[in-house]
Amino acid sequence: MSATDAIRKDEEREPAFGFWRRSYAMLVKEFIQLRRDRVSFAMIIMLPVMQLTLFGYAINTTPRNLPTAVLTQEDTDLGRSILKAMENTAYFHFVREVHTVEEFDDLLQSGKVLFGVEIPRGFERAVRRGDKPALLVAADATDPTAAGSALGTLGPLVQSALAHDLHIGDPPDMPFEIRAHARYNPAADSRLNIVPGLVGTILTMTMLIFTALSVTREIERGTMESLLSMPIKPVEVMFGKIIPYVLVGFIQATLIIAIGILLFGVPVLGSLTLLALLTTLFITTNLSIGYTFSTIVQNQLQAMQLSMMFFLPSILLSGFMFPFAGMPVWAQYIGEGLPLTHFVRIVRAIMLKGAAMPNLQYDTIALVALMLFAMTIAVTRFRRTLD
Amino acid sequence: MNGGPTSAQSNASPIAIDVKGLTKSFNGREVVHDLSMQVKRGSIYGFLGPNGSGKTTTIRILCGLLTPDSGEGTCLGYDIRRDADKIKRKVGYMTQRFSLYQDLSVRENLEFVARLYGMPDARGAAADMIARIGLKGREEQLAANLSGGWKQRLALGACTLPNPQLLLLDEPTAGVDPKARRDFWNEIHALAAEGLTVLVSTHYMDEAERCHEIAYIAYGHLLAHGTVDEVIAASALSTWTVTGEDFNGLMAELSGKPGVDMVAPFGTSLHVSGRDKAALEAAIAPYRGNSKWRWQPSEPSLEDVFIDLMGRSKDNFQG
Repeated sequence: MSATDAIRKDEEREPAFGFWRRSYAMLVKEFIQLRRDRVSFAMIIMLPVMQLTLFGYAINTTPRNLPTAVLTQEDTDLGRSILKAMENTAYFHFVREVHTVEEFDDLLQSGKVLFGVEIPRGFERAVRRGDKPALLVAADATDPTAAGSALGTLGPLVQSALAHDLHIGDPPDMPFEIRAHARYNPAADSRLNIVPGLVGTILTMTMLIFTALSVTREIERGTMESLLSMPIKPVEVMFGKIIPYVLVGFIQATLIIAIGILLFGVPVLGSLTLLALLTTLFITTNLSIGYTFSTIVQNQLQAMQLSMMFFLPSILLSGFMFPFAGMPVWAQYIGEGLPLTHFVRIVRAIMLKGAAMPNLQYDTIALVALMLFAMTIAVTRFRRTLD
Repeated sequence: MNGGPTSAQSNASPIAIDVKGLTKSFNGREVVHDLSMQVKRGSIYGFLGPNGSGKTTTIRILCGLLTPDSGEGTCLGYDIRRDADKIKRKVGYMTQRFSLYQDLSVRENLEFVARLYGMPDARGAAADMIARIGLKGREEQLAANLSGGWKQRLALGACTLPNPQLLLLDEPTAGVDPKARRDFWNEIHALAAEGLTVLVSTHYMDEAERCHEIAYIAYGHLLAHGTVDEVIAASALSTWTVTGEDFNGLMAELSGKPGVDMVAPFGTSLHVSGRDKAALEAAIAPYRGNSKWRWQPSEPSLEDVFIDLMGRSKDNFQG
């Protein structure tokens, strides 16, 4: 009798260090699972390395060597000296020389150059006569950060360089005036720059995740087995999964742009139809990339992680947050491979610069190419069997 | 008829499934080994075997979900390697685990299937099927909220909806109550009577006996096939049924004795079987005089045969 009582008591008694033992059991199990999940493991290493590299090497908030165009209406020593002096500041890098105002405007509007310097006809003679003519420096101020520091150096740096080169006296006695013109966003209002870019950023985040989960969800829930046993082709699965979200993305984009216009006073100078059309293209590109992810990964967690890995450089290298022109060449190459880079250019150009299709050709073609590339991978990666 | 030779053949041939030498490995482990089988049109073919014996893998190869490493054959006259798309149009596959959309209603699931197969009136076809499988009144219920038996009916409804010629059912009655199981089998017999060929895998012996023909597969090897009687006869197993009391001691003493290959309790009786009739009789002779037990020669049951086959195959292939 007493023996059974003792056994019962023994069973009821909490084992020594019960709390720690159970926590330890859980901890061991979690470590085993983490070790099996290679993608999570890689992510633990990759994310900090990627962030440090991007922030440390790629991002430069005071960019130099910005692409600049020159509109020369007369070819004189003085003009060349001024350009030389500007280039010596290291902020400007002359990439194009044009002879008509139309070409000049076009380069700025399409975003091929961030600055344009205009040396007007009769400039040198006016200087000699002491008329104090104006030298026009037009800046694309859609991205105030990129334009700001370069414009800031214009006055003092150029003038002292000129003083040195031409021996024409100290800055107060400058024989001409430099007139900076911040185009498209004269007040350097950063909201004008951020809101259009946000359209792209929000769409990238939401669209990627919608489709990145789509195929893995079918696999995890076991519905893939049924689906594969039915006569449906990979392309059909893909279109069926992408198209509903094009509509969702379109509604989302409309909402963001409407808020931008109504609450933040962001203008839409270009065509709304063109904006809608290219936004739809961008949405579809992101959905295709998300869908491609879902054909590569094994579970929904991995799909989320991969989307994160794609989203991070999209934000940092697309020119949305930091000036694209200020990044080193390798980072610009990566940036060109991200749809957000092209869309940020497109949406800023249409909304703030009133750009039309001819100026957006390159970025549109890039988006289409990225979309087709993603779709091709997705269709070839889609496993038609359970092998 | 000027149809292609394959399709003309497929309609004329009395054989629905005809495969030879199927082999499939996963990560170096052979799951199906040199499997050949033939299933007649309009018959119900039972596929039996222990867990992990390769039944599901074989079924998946037949409907094109897996590619065999070697071997060849036809399903409804179509090559299982080349014509997976054509096979999929004419085969209904009911997976072991419920694989319709849990977050769609009964009606939405059926309409999805109907549309996927390009049926002209998807809504009508789904409504007809709901009536046929007795789910009227539950059309709008989400599949996730259906009980096991209803889910199984819905799954059967979904795979018969596009009017397939062949049904592949992978353990369709696992975890379903006896009444639902009986209804399910009545439905399968009704479908076979309409000319449908049914390949069904199962663990249940009573279900095996409802099949026209059966095949037994263990460790990837097809060990026996034919009608139930043929399979029992081919086993050449001799069985004695013992009734009485206190089997536990007797079981322990008999198992392992030369001549006794299998001892298994069946409710209030004990089945003692051996492949060598004379050796078995010699082994049990010392116990037959004991008045506690009554010994009777009997036919081995299908289960006896399968357990014996399983034991033998284990010796041969698992070594």
